Amino acid sequence: MIKLVPRAQASAKWGYLSPILAVFLTLIASSILFMALGKDPVEALYTFFISPIANWYGVTELLVVAIPILLCAYGLALCYRASIWNIGAEGQLLTGAVVGTVMALQFIDSSSAWAMPLTLIAGMVGGMICSGISAFLNLRLNCNETLVTIMMNYIALNTLLWAVYGPLKDPNGYNFPESALFGDSTLLPILFEGTRLHVGLLLVVLALVVTWVFMSKTFLGFQIKVLGLDKPAAHMAGYKQKKLAAMVFLVSGALAGLAGAVIVTGSTGQLIPAISPGYGYSAIIVAFLGRLHPVGITLAGLLIALLFMGGEMSQMLLNLPRSISGILQGLILFFLLSCDVLIRYRIAFTFKRSGLTATAKN
Amino acid sequence: MSNVKRLAMLGITKEYPGCKANDEVFLDIEHGEIHALLGENGAGKSTLMKMLYGVVKPDSGSIIWNGKPVSIDQPSVARGLGIGMVFQHFSLFETLTVAENIALVLGDQAGNSKTLAHRIKATSERYGMPLDPDRRISSLSTGERQRVEIVRCLLLNLQLLILDEPTSVLTPQEVDNLFKTLRQLTKEGCSVLFISHKLHEVTALCDSATILRAGKVTGHCHPKDETSESIARMMVGEDIAISNDCRRSLGTDVFANIENLSTKSMGQFDVALKNINLQVKRGEIVGIAGIAGNGQEELLKALSGEDIHPNSKSITFTGTVVDQLTPLQRRRLGLAFVPEDRLGRGAVPDLDLCDNALLTSFDSGLVKNGFLQKSKIIELADKIIKKYKVKTAGNHDAAASLSGGNLQKFIVGREIDQEPNFLLMSHPTWGVDIGAQVAIHDAILQLRDRGCAILIVSEDLDELYKISDRLGAICDGQISQFLAPEALPLVKLGQWMAGDFDTTTADNKGVSQHD
Repeated sequence: MIKLVPRAQASAKWGYLSPILAVFLTLIASSILFMALGKDPVEALYTFFISPIANWYGVTELLVVAIPILLCAYGLALCYRASIWNIGAEGQLLTGAVVGTVMALQFIDSSSAWAMPLTLIAGMVGGMICSGISAFLNLRLNCNETLVTIMMNYIALNTLLWAVYGPLKDPNGYNFPESALFGDSTLLPILFEGTRLHVGLLLVVLALVVTWVFMSKTFLGFQIKVLGLDKPAAHMAGYKQKKLAAMVFLVSGALAGLAGAVIVTGSTGQLIPAISPGYGYSAIIVAFLGRLHPVGITLAGLLIALLFMGGEMSQMLLNLPRSISGILQGLILFFLLSCDVLIRYRIAFTFKRSGLTATAKN
Repeated sequence: MSNVKRLAMLGITKEYPGCKANDEVFLDIEHGEIHALLGENGAGKSTLMKMLYGVVKPDSGSIIWNGKPVSIDQPSVARGLGIGMVFQHFSLFETLTVAENIALVLGDQAGNSKTLAHRIKATSERYGMPLDPDRRISSLSTGERQRVEIVRCLLLNLQLLILDEPTSVLTPQEVDNLFKTLRQLTKEGCSVLFISHKLHEVTALCDSATILRAGKVTGHCHPKDETSESIARMMVGEDIAISNDCRRSLGTDVFANIENLSTKSMGQFDVALKNINLQVKRGEIVGIAGIAGNGQEELLKALSGEDIHPNSKSITFTGTVVDQLTPLQRRRLGLAFVPEDRLGRGAVPDLDLCDNALLTSFDSGLVKNGFLQKSKIIELADKIIKKYKVKTAGNHDAAASLSGGNLQKFIVGREIDQEPNFLLMSHPTWGVDIGAQVAIHDAILQLRDRGCAILIVSEDLDELYKISDRLGAICDGQISQFLAPEALPLVKLGQWMAGDFDTTTADNKGVSQHD
């Protein structure tokens, strides 16, 4: 008989092994899925995971996709460490893009050096407005933060649609639902000639270092950890819970808003309805897959970005539906949560014997 | 008396992940005797009893009941054999009546349901603990609730009654009554297994005793021939100090002044504080006795700042009104706090001891410009571990991996090491072994002698009599007056704990337990 036996102490080893096992199980499950769809699993896996990054350009494209996901995920990790279940990165990203666009459109014909930084800051403010509303509802009115942040996603999406079909629509754009193209002074500089990889990557590196230092080296980061693990202890120790919670809401909103501004200034160069294929939602998976640790998140973010690209590749080369990449993301999260059982439990094989001397281990 | 033993447990072993709770334990109980099972917390008493009552299965070993080997795999089997158990934490439904609660647990074993109420009344009166079967549990006192549990056992054809630390929730008077009932039971041939770590109760009540230490039987004795000290020696081993030199202190100027503090109860089971007046001076220890749930938590939270009562102006620390101040602001005025719950409030279970040292000591130079001073934090954790003899594999062990007593030593050490002006403590040595108790008491007394004002809430009257400079009681949100322990007979404290604040009679009886 196979039994789950509680461990005396949570296993640190399985904390690292669980995501790896989850990825491995996802590969097996997706092979089965590909076979069921009548594709050769080896070819399909190659198309999905290897072909997108088989050349330098592919690698830079991977990074371009990973940039907004990672920015969102670092902020979400802060929230989740504080046990604040913010599902609203997508909405914060979208409002960031909208507010960023409003700022960018002021600089269409300007060559001001302030254009790009101000647009990015506007994006951060936009994200903070969105998460700030959630924070207010959660902390002042005691609304459930999961529900509030999810609902804000819809509000943000419809705000974006209203904006591109209405006030932000390019008057010279033949009535397409798009904003005017941003001026060059607003666009993020490209890092490598011939690629689309922009300086957003440096912002990611900066965010990585800052969140890492913040989480592990500062007293504020420590307080957030305590708040997330044990509210009564935080209260007993005298930590300002509401201020801490409001802070992580705003920081994660700012990072997601920055991601939105980076998309419009780095990738699209204008506001369009489809600026995000769900980066803010994927960032949730990334945050958990990366164990809420900035370095782990970076690795997980690259993996999920690869799934986005692999999904497109398989759509083109294998005629697979686009939703396949969503299925794979879901499988990873599913397997991760399942494998996490092994952090607190170990598997034991027991042999039933008669009488009182019932069980033995191993 | 037949020469077949009532119960024999032979070579019982039970292992949990990371610890051997019982290791080859042998236990014999005769007909009609009161047998004590003694041991410090974590010695394996509760595990052994749970196996006897069918809650937990032993890994190996056998149980012989009235001469026949039995396999007890669930509580109803135990009850069928005539084994009844009263747990430390009662399992009663607050909103149901006494009779309903009893019928619910016993099921068919309760017999005819129509006559149940009548039998409850008859049985409870026969054993001197009257109960009204139609009253709701929520309207009963703790002592009465315990009666319900005991009567529930008595309705069975009871041959062995197991009581797990039954006196910890009772006033001294209630303890006397319980003992009378137990003696009557044994006269009728029923055996009693009495689990406790209060040695004077064991020497007063029990016929024989089995002593456990770290999962193993370390001795048998006849408590009536022994002293509390000699039994304590068997419980803790040879080389640990088991007593303190406690001098009383009068204190100097008032640090904390509570005037007419009244609160509204926040939830159904919270107690409202009523007109509390209390002063705690620098250099004195004020002890508050009381049965759990009489407003102790509410009083401590009002003082610590965990509950803030918006319009109140009743609490001052050296003249500063603190009612509106947050816990942090009060800590900065010199408050330190050892809460009742260790895991989940006093310490974060998943964090290691370094992080748990930092939890409340952040003002002691461990944070510089917002950044953690890792080496200083480790230094502090190691200092606390060493100074207060916390048994742990290292400063990176999670708080949850420590035993309750060890974690308590760590928390007490952490708070005392901040050199507070005012220390609040809830049950400072609850569940702590005797050796550690002495160490904690020493640390508290030394802190007092350095001029700290200390307020201790405890249910352990021995502890309060030992270290308090002034002692009083809390009942239903009201507090009694406070007297030096020497001037406060146990009987009177018991009356105060029961809410009888005005009586001045009967202060010459029962003093003998505490000289």
